[in-house]
Amino acid sequence: MAEAMHECKYNPGFMRDTLIPQVGIITDIRTETPDVKTFRVEAPNGGKLFEHMPGQCAMVCAPGVGEAMFSITSSPTNKLYQEFSIKRCGVLTEYLHSLKAGDEILVRGPYGNNFPVETELKGQNLLFIAGGIALAPLRSVINYCLDNRENYGQIDIVYGSRSADDLVQRKEIEEVWSKIPGVNVHLTIDRPQDGWDDHVGFVPSYLQELAFDTNRTAILCGPPIMIKFCLQGLKEMGFAMEQVYTTLELRMKCGVGKCGRCNIGTKYVCKDGPVFRFDQVDALPNEY
Amino acid sequence: MQELIVRAKELLEKGEVARVLGWKKGEQEYDAEPAFFETAESLDNFVYNGFCGANLSKYMIEAGKKEGKTLVFLKPCDSYSYNQLLREHRVDREKAYIIGVGCKGKLAISKIPFDGILKVSGAQYPDAQEILTVETLYGTETIPYKDAMLERCHVCKGKDHVVYDELLGESADTVDADRFAEVERIEKMSPEEKFAYFQSELSKCIRCNACRNVCPACSCRKCVFDSTAFDSEQKANTTSFEEKMFHIIRAFHVAGRCTDCGECSRVCPQGIPLHLFNRKFIKDINALYGEYQAGSDLECPAPLTSFTTTDAEPGVGRG
Amino acid sequence: MYKISKENLNALYAAIAGGNDLFLPVKNAGQTNFGLWTESADVDIDTLKTVKSAKDIFFPQSESLYQVRRQDGKLEIQGEALREKPFVVFGIRGCDVKGMEVLDKVFLSDPVDGYYAARRQMGTIVSLACGRPETSCFCKVFGVDCAEPAGDVVTWLVGDTLYWEAKTKKGEALTEKLGNLLEKADTADVEKEKEKIHAIVERLPYSNLSLEKWGAAAADQNFDSPLWEQLYSPCLACGTCTFVCPTCQCYDIKDYTTSSGVQRYRCWDSCMYSDFTMMAHGNNRTSQMQRFRQRFMHKLAYFPANNNGMFSCVGCGRCVDKCPSHLNIVKVIKAFEKEGQ
Repeated sequence: MAEAMHECKYNPGFMRDTLIPQVGIITDIRTETPDVKTFRVEAPNGGKLFEHMPGQCAMVCAPGVGEAMFSITSSPTNKLYQEFSIKRCGVLTEYLHSLKAGDEILVRGPYGNNFPVETELKGQNLLFIAGGIALAPLRSVINYCLDNRENYGQIDIVYGSRSADDLVQRKEIEEVWSKIPGVNVHLTIDRPQDGWDDHVGFVPSYLQELAFDTNRTAILCGPPIMIKFCLQGLKEMGFAMEQVYTTLELRMKCGVGKCGRCNIGTKYVCKDGPVFRFDQVDALPNEY
Repeated sequence: MQELIVRAKELLEKGEVARVLGWKKGEQEYDAEPAFFETAESLDNFVYNGFCGANLSKYMIEAGKKEGKTLVFLKPCDSYSYNQLLREHRVDREKAYIIGVGCKGKLAISKIPFDGILKVSGAQYPDAQEILTVETLYGTETIPYKDAMLERCHVCKGKDHVVYDELLGESADTVDADRFAEVERIEKMSPEEKFAYFQSELSKCIRCNACRNVCPACSCRKCVFDSTAFDSEQKANTTSFEEKMFHIIRAFHVAGRCTDCGECSRVCPQGIPLHLFNRKFIKDINALYGEYQAGSDLECPAPLTSFTTTDAEPGVGRG
Repeated sequence: MYKISKENLNALYAAIAGGNDLFLPVKNAGQTNFGLWTESADVDIDTLKTVKSAKDIFFPQSESLYQVRRQDGKLEIQGEALREKPFVVFGIRGCDVKGMEVLDKVFLSDPVDGYYAARRQMGTIVSLACGRPETSCFCKVFGVDCAEPAGDVVTWLVGDTLYWEAKTKKGEALTEKLGNLLEKADTADVEKEKEKIHAIVERLPYSNLSLEKWGAAAADQNFDSPLWEQLYSPCLACGTCTFVCPTCQCYDIKDYTTSSGVQRYRCWDSCMYSDFTMMAHGNNRTSQMQRFRQRFMHKLAYFPANNNGMFSCVGCGRCVDKCPSHLNIVKVIKAFEKEGQ
């Protein structure tokens, strides 16, 4: 009976009303950095809660604590589970960090649009640029492209963080991504550190040093200040705004473009985003 | 009214003030809005009439953050609020030039019980008429000025300003009711009647926060009811519990500081007589600690924040 | 067309309420709002505008979405039942009916909001023409004819007679149910009433506001206008305008923790509130000017851009009557109208 109530007869595409979540089981928690953990989530009977596309998000809820939108960091090509990399920065994330494998949470989604992996990005050389926790939304696309390697050209990943300890998914970067032919990973950290032999410096300046040609599509995610300077750098290298993608993040509650808070201009970031090309971002009122 | 504009222009042009805080003409004569005027020309839209009930003292908190002095027009009752804010260090006296403006009682358009009001004559300042003539879509009506007055004007604290740099204009006595009569009427109710009364009034609350946001005593930078840290931030109106908690906590929080300016009741979209909570506190404070009017002066010890060994110790019985 | 005398309205209400819940304007502690009809309800169909609009019935100010119980560490979700029982709303004015059309665009667009859709499906709307429009009304500007509102049934109160005309299948079904409470009537009185109303509407001070500066194109044009700085300053950042508005649909989703688990509910929220867009790591609208601008840009530019030109204002004038600082959409529209001159 209870289940039947979840079925939304007005919304045949959805099994339940879009505001009602599903129970998900945390089957694994990896500590990525001092304040980032990656949570693996499966349906109670195993398998994924739903299918998604790279860049899409889901609402993760701890009942009585809160609910917030997180990007799904695992690739759709992963058929077993979904993952969320979550940084501890508020009441809900603090609580999520206190959970253990086996604990249950509530998840609803997927929400929003996705990176155009089957259209505009197909056949392109790709340049991923990320800072800190912002690798989370890109990891989904990167793994999707790596799992469909033949559909994409040269792949470059420029990724930086404050310190070596703040790099998320370091194991996967070093043991998987770096070893795939045609994939170049460029890591950097803000300040020198013992045991770090790789590049030191901020992402925007490293990007300039790397001096990519414009025969590629860039996907840029990170803190606003990093985005600002990377975008400037890409423009100087000759990239057009139509060649650069990013994701926007605003306060969200419903995830379906109705509750109003992520509205900027004519767009609802939860529904029309989170993925935007920079020419689309430029067309929005300056409120993001 | 013209003398106010002339004086404001003079102070603005002499550079003694950087801006003027007053009331701006609306689309109708009864919808003047609080406004900052930065130039002499903009003051042509300044208005002061019977419908300028809005208490401007709270806007002085924001004005204090701006460069230079702000000329503010305060009615007698508004000056109490300003003084209280001064006492609480919410406003900067150095950055205010206060013109105490006369008051002949302020009107509430909602108290003029005619449909389709197009024009109200007789509310001009200083030439307020005893009878207002109201042109409506459905004919011309009249109503005594007093009948259209805000509740607070019937129990006015007096027409003397408690803080000002200069005074302009004349006032008229408007008191024709006992300030505590309604409180006493409710006090006489049985607990069940009291509960029913407040439940029926408060169940109308839509939690719009107009009462809080207009209240000069509600000047916390972050209100407890906006805190996301715990359950106090409930925007829902599902249970009357929330409504009662909101208004009663607010009444407790402003107790001893509320000047009884009546703005909460003026702005409530559902016509809840919110001032009655505050007035009950004022009445009890008067009875327990001696007559006290918040905002009346800066020196007198406040009853709820000062202690003497002779203080009354009200028990926990029903008040 | 049918009619019933005003003194028999209680019998009509009772008959409607026989098999359905009946919501209609009810006076409580001096204020009229939509409420459930009971024998003892103080029905008030003479007050033109309820304080809150009829939106409350289809999109309640607070409603439960689901409950979560925790048993042996396992979470169990039980969704709130969708409305399955038919109901009737009587006495909705033309502006509020138009407001429902606006809400439909939001809640019935993909993905459909099941809670709202169920109420829309179960609800029958009996509208009431406005015999005495108010100064603050400007529904004409948004294409509403308050003399002939939309709805499943339209009614007119002319003197001591209520005229009744079914307009849809739902309306006909309701009419049929009422049997001989209603008697056949000719349309002459109603036609005269409509003419009278139209004449009044022409005299309303805001009936001829120009929306020329608004619509989809305004999304770019008006955002950076210096007028916003001038218009917003007395705004107290309360939510009165949004809560009395028939089209404001922003909501919040929150939890009540109860002894038996967690109840997740949604409730109206307001873009006027400082925490509306606040996130753990920042806020994209930090000033009240931005929040004020958002409300009007949404109603007059963004919404029409996304909905074939339909504005998210219906000219009910409640904000005009209720804003504590006397700010309102009329002043905004007029300020932009003057700007270009």
